[in-house]
Amino acid sequence: MTTPVIETNALAKRFGRKWGLRDCTFSIPAGKVAALVGPNGAGKSTLLRMAAGLSRPTSGQISVLGSVPGAGDPSLLKRVGYLDQVRPLYQGFRVDEMFRFGEGTNPTWNMATAHDYVDQLGISLRDRVDNLSGGQRAQVALTMCLAKQPELLILDEPAAELDPVAREDLLRLLMREVAERGTNVVLSTHALGDVGSICDYLVIMSHSRIVLADDLEFVVESHRFLGAASSNAPALPEGVAVIDTRTSSREVTHLVRMTLPLVDETWQVTEPTLDEIIMAYLRLGTGSTLSQPRHDATTATSGGVS
Amino acid sequence: MTEKQPSILFRLDPRSGIAPYRQLVDQVRQAVEMGRLRGGDQLPSVRDVVTQVTINPNTVHRAYRELEHLGLAEGRLGLGTFITQNPDVHTTEASNAELARQLQLWAQRARAAGLNDNDMLELLRRILNHDERVLS
Repeated sequence: MTTPVIETNALAKRFGRKWGLRDCTFSIPAGKVAALVGPNGAGKSTLLRMAAGLSRPTSGQISVLGSVPGAGDPSLLKRVGYLDQVRPLYQGFRVDEMFRFGEGTNPTWNMATAHDYVDQLGISLRDRVDNLSGGQRAQVALTMCLAKQPELLILDEPAAELDPVAREDLLRLLMREVAERGTNVVLSTHALGDVGSICDYLVIMSHSRIVLADDLEFVVESHRFLGAASSNAPALPEGVAVIDTRTSSREVTHLVRMTLPLVDETWQVTEPTLDEIIMAYLRLGTGSTLSQPRHDATTATSGGVS
Repeated sequence: MTEKQPSILFRLDPRSGIAPYRQLVDQVRQAVEMGRLRGGDQLPSVRDVVTQVTINPNTVHRAYRELEHLGLAEGRLGLGTFITQNPDVHTTEASNAELARQLQLWAQRARAAGLNDNDMLELLRRILNHDERVLS
């Protein structure tokens, strides 16, 4: 196996008395477009900022492309492109001035790529940043990241607040980059529809913890709905962890993660959609789950630190 | 733009619940069945597909591998992926037509029995999921 793009071990970050991130142990293999999904305040930005070397862990370890971010390894800065939620651009600059700034501060800058991308997006190099629409500003900000030609792109909600066309353009630009250069991507998003189409690795966060990190295809393959009449619901089969349970007066339906092949014949087994799986995990621990054990779902990924 | 027109325009429905790679495979298979794609036609490059529809390039690779596995397409080193000569879809086409006629008949009967489109889809879904409650 090649080096994971991000690997953490019992990673934790505390802000004053509050944990921004805890017990975080997971890894994202190379060659993936990974989605980081979770409610606001779950710790997504905290994790991404640490991966970009902009903040240091309180405890635990994180390595990015095999190096420790923020530990003074200048080569890692060149290899990682980070785009913050606020998409920082200098308001008084023209696009070509932003690019010259990028060229001056990034040794691996590719000006032809930068020009090519904004040209395709219909943005003029003479446009001033403060005259651009929100969508165009996001596209220029992403172009700044891409022109650096990083091995890993870390994008914090790159398409948030964009109109549908601008979103689509931005994500296609990103996918083209992945197709042409094999760039690794880790992005946070609230748009579940994007996850299934552009991502192939899924990391779900909830309450400052990682609750799931796996290949997207395996995520779908390893989850099932188990349904039965609530009057005589059979015992749950071996090797399943209940993620979510819904009950009506007649029926009970569990969404389960299978850790063993399902051999049970007593439950009605149906395949959930990716959205349904993600939503079930996002509901975990929010108080909106209906009864049923919650611990099963987190045991597999929680580390030893408390 | 001087690039030639793609042989097929893909569509992706993220709400369908069908895996994106499967959607691409199905669209190529249907295009071959309908004669819109013929033996020797070149499928769009992965790069072209990801600029056509917003999709992960790995997913396109995956779909093309699956098409090769199905014998519908073949990869030519350094050239791209092409529809195979005489792809074997005619038998399925014929039996599909027969199945479609039977289903059409069934749908008419179901509508007469008061089922709407959603009822029918739900019933079919339950049958495909081996939900025996529909039989009792």
